[in-house]
Amino acid sequence: MIPISHFLTLGAILFGLSIAGIFLNRKNIIIILMSIELMLLAVNMNFVAFSYFLNDTAGQVFVFFILTVAAAEAAIGLAILVVLFRNRGSINVSDLDQLQG
Amino acid sequence: MDLKLLVFWVFSLVLVGAAVGVITTRNPVQAALFLVLAFFNSAIIWMLMEAEFLAITLVLVYVGAVMVLFLFVVMMLDINLLPMREGFSRHLPIGATIAASVVVLMVLLIRGQFAGSGFEQPLPKPADYSNTEQLGLAIYTDYLFQFEVAAVILLVAIIAAIALTMRRRPDTKYQRPAEQVLVKKEDRLRVVSVNSEDNQDIAAQVAKKPAGTGAVGNGQSAEQGGQS
Repeated sequence: MIPISHFLTLGAILFGLSIAGIFLNRKNIIIILMSIELMLLAVNMNFVAFSYFLNDTAGQVFVFFILTVAAAEAAIGLAILVVLFRNRGSINVSDLDQLQG
Repeated sequence: MDLKLLVFWVFSLVLVGAAVGVITTRNPVQAALFLVLAFFNSAIIWMLMEAEFLAITLVLVYVGAVMVLFLFVVMMLDINLLPMREGFSRHLPIGATIAASVVVLMVLLIRGQFAGSGFEQPLPKPADYSNTEQLGLAIYTDYLFQFEVAAVILLVAIIAAIALTMRRRPDTKYQRPAEQVLVKKEDRLRVVSVNSEDNQDIAAQVAKKPAGTGAVGNGQSAEQGGQS
């Protein structure tokens, strides 16, 4: 039998790894987007674990909605990335200083 | 050791390894493939938690659609990989520190809060229990409005992605439906009275006009491309 803390710890480790991924790959927007996907996966892992252990379907419904929003986010993010590459010829984050922020 | 626990350990170790691969690999294509591996392994772990519908959805939607989209974009862009790595070792200490502190805090909380009782192992579901049916019942009754909002979000995503990436090149040929509809018979068709006996006269007439513009009248909208 697997206790709930195993699943939650796995989710926490995945979340920490994706935070590290955002820090390490500051230059590459594609890897940052992938890290965000990984982060959402870690959150979904917690939702599914609580849904299983509390015997409640609501957690799985929430995972369903998170999957929907994540798919929309990936589609729009990659579209922005393609337009960015077409205009600037690079996807380096440090090149994105046109707004002088 | 329990079989389910063994399956959990094996697949969660592969999952963590794949996640490490996603964030450390040099090549974005390899990172995408590592992420596919991570999604497959977490689908198996969701199967252990009896979330069968979501596990299959994760493989179908994420691996089948989102990661293929990622791979398309990565391979479509001609990226110079060298400057991507600059700052990797510079950001390594702070990134590792923050990630490690987040993980340690979370694990301390989990060990303190959830290790004890309160979350005992649920009983296995009966054989005729359908996870998909339960999920559908919840979505179409309690969460109907949210479900429709999710559909609208997907529609917005479709429109936004198309509107962002579509561009009109000046050298691309387009149809002009307004002009096509307004064309009269007289613009396209010229009735020539032909004497059926002297074929040589017809041959001379055809040869006089250059091909393409002779038989048809309006050069602007004559062809489908709108070009004469």
